[in-house]
Amino acid sequence: MICVDHLCYHYKGGRPILRDVSFELEDGHFLAVLGNNGVGKSTLLKCMNRILTADSGHCRIDGEDLLTLSHREIAKRVAFVAQHVPDTQMTVHDMVMLGRRPYMTWGVTEHDHRVVHEAMRYLNLEDMRGRFLNRLSGGERQKVMLARALAQEPTLLLLDEPTSNLDIRNQYQVLQITRDLCREQNLTAMIVIHDLNLALRFCDRFLLLRAGEVYRYGGAEIFDADALRDVYGVTGSIVQVQGQSLVLIEDEEKEKLS
Amino acid sequence: MHSVPSHSAHKPHDSDYSRNRARSIRFLVLLAAILALAFFLSLRAGSYNTPAAELIRGIFGRASDAKINLVIRNNRLPRICTAMVAGAGLGLAGCILQAVLRNPLASASTLGVSQGATFGAAVAIIGLGLSQTGSWAIPLCSFLGSLLVAAVILGLSQFKQISSEGIVLAGVAISSMLTGATTLLQYFADEVALSSLVFWTFGDLGSTDWQSLRGMALAVLVLIGYCYLHRWDYNALLSGEETALSLGIHVRRLTLTNVVLTCFVCSVIVSHVGLINFIGLVAPHIVRMVVGNNYIYLIPGSVLAGAALLLLSDLAARVVIMPVILPIGALTAFLGGPLFLYLLFKGRGRT
Repeated sequence: MICVDHLCYHYKGGRPILRDVSFELEDGHFLAVLGNNGVGKSTLLKCMNRILTADSGHCRIDGEDLLTLSHREIAKRVAFVAQHVPDTQMTVHDMVMLGRRPYMTWGVTEHDHRVVHEAMRYLNLEDMRGRFLNRLSGGERQKVMLARALAQEPTLLLLDEPTSNLDIRNQYQVLQITRDLCREQNLTAMIVIHDLNLALRFCDRFLLLRAGEVYRYGGAEIFDADALRDVYGVTGSIVQVQGQSLVLIEDEEKEKLS
Repeated sequence: MHSVPSHSAHKPHDSDYSRNRARSIRFLVLLAAILALAFFLSLRAGSYNTPAAELIRGIFGRASDAKINLVIRNNRLPRICTAMVAGAGLGLAGCILQAVLRNPLASASTLGVSQGATFGAAVAIIGLGLSQTGSWAIPLCSFLGSLLVAAVILGLSQFKQISSEGIVLAGVAISSMLTGATTLLQYFADEVALSSLVFWTFGDLGSTDWQSLRGMALAVLVLIGYCYLHRWDYNALLSGEETALSLGIHVRRLTLTNVVLTCFVCSVIVSHVGLINFIGLVAPHIVRMVVGNNYIYLIPGSVLAGAALLLLSDLAARVVIMPVILPIGALTAFLGGPLFLYLLFKGRGRT
């Protein structure tokens, strides 16, 4: 159980980004964090694993407050996949092995090798484990980042716009893998994503943010024309096509655009 | 030198990884072999010609000719060891600074540590009127000068939440300031003091005794041990600051500790041997071009490459116009530049 409790954050000398964000997320769910640019979606994720230090509030995993733990202890519980994917001349194997960094004291153990091997097997990366990262495609690299996150053996997986630079096929693959991880391994995941249709397709919980506050939180039923208007400022509706929810946005009137 | 990914898809999956690893280890062994060869050649080079077996015995003071023992143990061996220790330290310092500042141009000279040392030496020679010969005051002043630079960088980064790019830029600003200050001092110096300072900046591997060599070796060994323990942290930094934080690394603390530690070791080295530029920049890049960005191999590689480069440069400095010994600092820069350009453009052409 992930429990975010009255989380507040503001950049030094700036306006508040997060205002009193609270929600609870049961294990094994895949949560989409949604909202316009600048409402604090990425900030929320980064506050949860202390990349940014929250002004006040708590973030508990199974009752344990993450914000009081050291970076290393947090890294054993929470994994983070950034939008930016490094393209250095490092092998896939070594990159995945980095996920074991929070557990290392002197060097790599047999157990570390087993976990890394297992993570690469899950993402079908075994065949490319000796390739350099800068020779892989964007989709392959993002899968390597997922494998690295898995090697951390986390309870919670945070994904900050992982699909933004990928083509459609790779977007589907990455999201499908994450959803399967939630279902099969009882992992809990949170993703910042802009594509509403993809979010509706793969996620089962939705957190709508507006100006740093929670607008609505719940299952797919919280989406309606009101939510689209209030959160995104667009007119639209949700339609069902072959059992899937799709968001249809209407053309804006000319005078509104100008 | 570069892996060819096209045919790796057809091979069984482990061969690719093992091949990469084997190549990295082979390269480290090659560097060690070059270093050993350079060691032996340096031992042999000189006006006093001796057979190989005598040379080896001379290291332990067991050569049949007492003169050989003396030449080797008091003259050639300290010089060789100084070159190896200083080269190893400068190479590793460059490698680590490039890692924590995430800037391929970072090294002791780009951060202003070398310029700080020069300024310290200038104050000692011109300001305090100390002579070059046999004085411990000049190394001390140059050491203090470079420590001052490290302290200013540390202070600036504590004062404001300065980024790693900021540290590099601050280093450039401090460097030019200190270069200017040194020039001003030189303007008011008499001829004798001026020439002592210029000779100091040439760099000199020949004036270290065993005792100062021990101090320098200790500093370098501590740095090697510390860096090798943190090898995974440098690897994590390659993925960016946020990812490194999410992997449990206190990035700011790591950066500061490493900048201070490497500046300190560079100060120790520069204060003993004078200005030796370029080793810290070139050595890590040579290794990186072969083994890729993995600090497990980059750290020992930079140590070996730095030591080998400085030893080879010193060998060249001694034998090119025998018996004149060319200034080592000028030679490393002069030979290192073209080598670096060659490797840079060769690498670019292939990728």
